[in-house]
Amino acid sequence: MDRLHLTDLYFAEARSKLIDLAAFLDRIERSDGTDDFRIKSLRAALNELGKPGPEKAKKILLVLSDPTEKPVPEAGTKSASGAWSGF
Amino acid sequence: MRYIEPHAHMISRVTDDYAAMVTAGCRAVCEPAFWAGFDRSSAQGFYDYFCQLTDYEPRRAAQFGLPHYSWLCLNPKEAENLSLANDVLAMIPAFLDRPNVLGIGEIGLNKNSRNEVAVFEKQVDLAVRYDQMILVHTPHLEDKWKGTRLIVDVLKNNRGIDPARVIIDHVEEHTVDVVLDAGFWAGITLYPQSKCTPARAIDMVEVYGAQRIWLNCACDWGQSDPLAVPKTALEMKRRGHSEEAVDRLVYENPIQFLSQNPKFQLDEIGWEDKCRAAQK
Ligand SMILES: [Zn+2]
Repeated sequence: MDRLHLTDLYFAEARSKLIDLAAFLDRIERSDGTDDFRIKSLRAALNELGKPGPEKAKKILLVLSDPTEKPVPEAGTKSASGAWSGF
Repeated sequence: MRYIEPHAHMISRVTDDYAAMVTAGCRAVCEPAFWAGFDRSSAQGFYDYFCQLTDYEPRRAAQFGLPHYSWLCLNPKEAENLSLANDVLAMIPAFLDRPNVLGIGEIGLNKNSRNEVAVFEKQVDLAVRYDQMILVHTPHLEDKWKGTRLIVDVLKNNRGIDPARVIIDHVEEHTVDVVLDAGFWAGITLYPQSKCTPARAIDMVEVYGAQRIWLNCACDWGQSDPLAVPKTALEMKRRGHSEEAVDRLVYENPIQFLSQNPKFQLDEIGWEDKCRAAQK
């Protein structure tokens, strides 16, 4: 499928998601407090978005992943937050 | 349009969802054992759940002529309690001969803890001992990359494992190559927020090819869509994929994997009789 056809299919959706993301960061920056590991990770992931080259989705997922290799001693919680707490 | 739903937690869905799935072209549904949203208080709770997956739920699906299959295990979210895990694992072999049971699943990891890894290894051993296929759950969000690599290591270290009979589910762009390169099947789960959108799922199929990949909705009691697979098939057509390419991904591929267990058949005639016979 050519670039024009893909742009026709997905541009409006991508534009909407981008503006939502920008508005989210504006909302965060108007609020009291400081960035936690999730917002710090999100800002780092945004840097990947601006770089040229392939596999942007993969690179962003890796920024938002636990990079360690050994099992943790205990599960502690059952849920995931979407970013690595050690970031 | 015809498709197989290879991963759906139908016990947490209403009967209307069965009707909608069949209307959309679903020809068979497979239900792996999972977490109930709360920890079960005893092994007896799992016994009742396995009865539900192998008796009641196939009969509910049969009302719409839909073959229902299941996978049995202790899910990783309840794997921290090793004595409970041992009790549940001891009970599984008695269910493996039931007519709708396809194998062991969805086993795997959740928070990548030592006990989760230990119980995962035991369930892989159990599957090998009883010559069962395996369906693997990979962790959520930030835990997925680490967990997927730990899972692949455990499976590779077990000499009894044939990768062609193992599907590793919930892959995303950072884990799909880890799974496919090791020779396993990869499942892509379509969720509204976490996991994967239809557009990203199709991207992965375009980049890696459709071999050894299936799509599933993994619908449960959380935000999820039992019609996510047929909606993604529609999205593939909008992207210019042929009818044949869509059919291969959402129908032929799951059949190719699941048919490795001869119990998987699309002919639902006599299904209820088979279920009743299994109770005797
Ligand atoms: Zn599941």
